[in-house]
Formats: sequence, structure tokens, C-alpha cells
Amino acid sequence: MADKPLDIDQKSCKGCGICYSLCPKKAITGDIRGKVVLSAPDLCSRCGICESHCPDYAIFVRREKK
Amino acid sequence: MRPDLQHLFRMEKLPHIWCPGCGHGIITRAIAEAINESGIDLDKTVIVSGIGCSSRAPGYMNFDTLHTLHGRALAFATGVKLANPELNVFVITGDGDATAIGGNHFIHAARRNIDLTVILFNNNIYGMTGGQYSPLTPTGKMAATSPYGNPENNFDVAALAIAAGASFVARGTAFHDKLLVNSIKEGIKNKGFSLIEALSMCPTSYGRRNKMGSAADMIKHLKDNAVNVVTAQKLPPEKLEGKFLIGTLHYKPYREFTEEYDKLIARVQKEGK
Ligand SMILES: Cc1ncc(C[n+]2csc(CCOP(=O)(O)OP(=O)(O)O)c2C)c(N)n1
Ligand code: SF4
Repeated sequence: MADKPLDIDQKSCKGCGICYSLCPKKAITGDIRGKVVLSAPDLCSRCGICESHCPDYAIFVRREKK
Repeated sequence: MRPDLQHLFRMEKLPHIWCPGCGHGIITRAIAEAINESGIDLDKTVIVSGIGCSSRAPGYMNFDTLHTLHGRALAFATGVKLANPELNVFVITGDGDATAIGGNHFIHAARRNIDLTVILFNNNIYGMTGGQYSPLTPTGKMAATSPYGNPENNFDVAALAIAAGASFVARGTAFHDKLLVNSIKEGIKNKGFSLIEALSMCPTSYGRRNKMGSAADMIKHLKDNAVNVVTAQKLPPEKLEGKFLIGTLHYKPYREFTEEYDKLIARVQKEGK
């Protein structure tokens, strides 16, 4: 399986749009309801700004194991 | 939810009831992260809140928690801490909860310098009840109770806490979450009254009425208008107009109430023998 940078919990997402407004790489966008989708996984740098600013804990960044 | 924080939440209670884009969720996660990183004993940690959207936060957190009466979180927390000073006692409160109905408890808890870590979720409004203005609603802003703009002056709650006697005062925001985590950790370390003002956002009851745009616009507003207190010292006053400071605003440890109270008990017991 290709290594996905983010896990998104669609059930928890309320579609506020904060995450994709902050994403510096435009790796995530909103669907027609405004809910987050990982549209360009290759662009994601795993910076985690989406994860730490999601009010609904719907995004989890898969970090490299140290 | 990040797996390393899940043990700090009552996962079965999530998703929470807060509105889409409400800043309270971000701040709640920052509190959990700060507690996690500070290494305090989770079984000796109590989180107390009053009433409001912000005060619902402890209900999602996996600690001994007390959801009390509107404005009375600090009164309950004072009781918990005095009864058992070895507990780490946190207070989660809103701007209305802490500075309107609970204003008296607020100044006197600060005056006593009792060892509590208070995180004040400041969304500038009474969110839960539909947007009445609070003592922290800036002058001129629209609220359900000020349809022509708030005619009153607002408190600067950090300055109020410092004047009343708090030994640690810091400000973070829902955008500056790392700074917020660090401020809460500093507050935990301080043996005394610690206030961390966390600027939140209420798109539903405040943002909409004040034409502040979406939740994403509101968080950008926090990002763009905050100036770190260290940077601010080097800036001319005109560069700070309309901005607010973030970071540690005050740190001056001094005699703490529960310690003084224990000394008093020891002294009186000795004298009575
Ligand atoms: C004694 C009492 N008075 C009034 C209320 C109604 N009430 C509930 S929450 C609230 C205001 C909450 O505002 P704030 O503390 O700023 O929290 P927010 O909801 O904005 O997070 C009020 C007035 C109440 N529950 N109890
Ligand atoms: S009313 Fe405001 S404070 Fe309450 S949950 Fe909604 S956005 Fe948050």
C-alpha cells in the first residue's frame, strides 16, 4: 500500500474549512459539502498544521517512526 | 485524533457538540497536549469548569472533572485545591463565565495567588446562549444585546489578572497553538495563580454578527493580528495599533495560598499543644 501522509476521519469532519485554508502545500481541499479530502497526497509535507488546527480531531498525520 | 493523546480524552463522547469551526476544540487539544508533555500525574489531576460552550470541554477529557455552576468554577476549584493541595487543579472557563458572573471569584482567586492553572477561552461573547456581549466583547462590536454596537468598555483580562495578583499570565490563540501549549506548561510549573488567556473564535454567535467571514477567516485574523511580546518590545507604538500581544505577559512568583494555609495550620496546632 502506498504510504498515505494523512488519515482523515470523515465522520468527525464538520466541514469548517480551517485545515485546507491553512495547508501551505494545497494537499487537501474541500468536497462539495466543505468536508476535507486528501486531494494531492504527493504535495503533503506532513507539517501537521491541519492536524493541530482541526477543531474536530478529524485529521491524523502519519509521521515517520523515529 | 492523534493516538498519543487519545488516553486523555473520553473518546466515546466524541465528536463534540461545538459548531463547525469553533476554536474551543483546538484549545482543548492544546490543553491535553500540555498536560501530556508536562508529565504530571494524571490520577492527581482535576479539571473544573463553569457553564458555557467552553465549560463543556472537561466533559470530553479523561480526568476527574467537575462541571459546576455558571461563574463558579474558581470557587469549586479553590475548594478542591485547599482540601487536597497535592492535586493539579485546572480551570476551564469562558469570558462570560470568568469575567461577568464569575468576575468576583476571578479577582479573588488571583489575589490569593492560589495554585490553579486557569485557561480562559476568550471568544469575546456568550456563545452558548446566542451571543450576548460579555465584559470581553470589544467596544463597538455587535452582539445580540448590542445591536447598535457595544457601548461599554471591555476589560483587558490579562491586565486585570496581573493587577489582582496572578503570578503567571500568558496569552495564546487557537492559531498559535504551540505557543499556547508552552504557555499552559509554564502555567502548570508556576506554583500560584496562572492565567492563560486563549483567544478562541465563535463563528456562530460572534463572527457572523461582526461580518468576520468564515471560521478560516477568523483564524487568519488571529494569525495576522497577534504580535509576540518579545518582538513587540522592538516595535514602535504605531506598528502595534490594533494588534494584541501573545506570549508570557507576566511572571512573578510569590507566596502561594495553600502553602501559607498549611503553614498557618501547623503554627496554630503547635501553639495549641
Ligand atoms: C446562573 C446562570 N446564569 C445564566 C446562565 C445562562 N448562561 C449559560 S452559558 C452563559 C454564557 C456563556 O458564555 P461564556 O462563558 O463566554 O462561554 P462560551 O459559551 O462563549 O464558551 C450564560 C449566560 C446560567 N447557565 N446560569
Ligand atoms: S456557539 Fe460559538 S462558542 Fe458555542 S460551540 Fe458554537 S461556535 Fe463554539
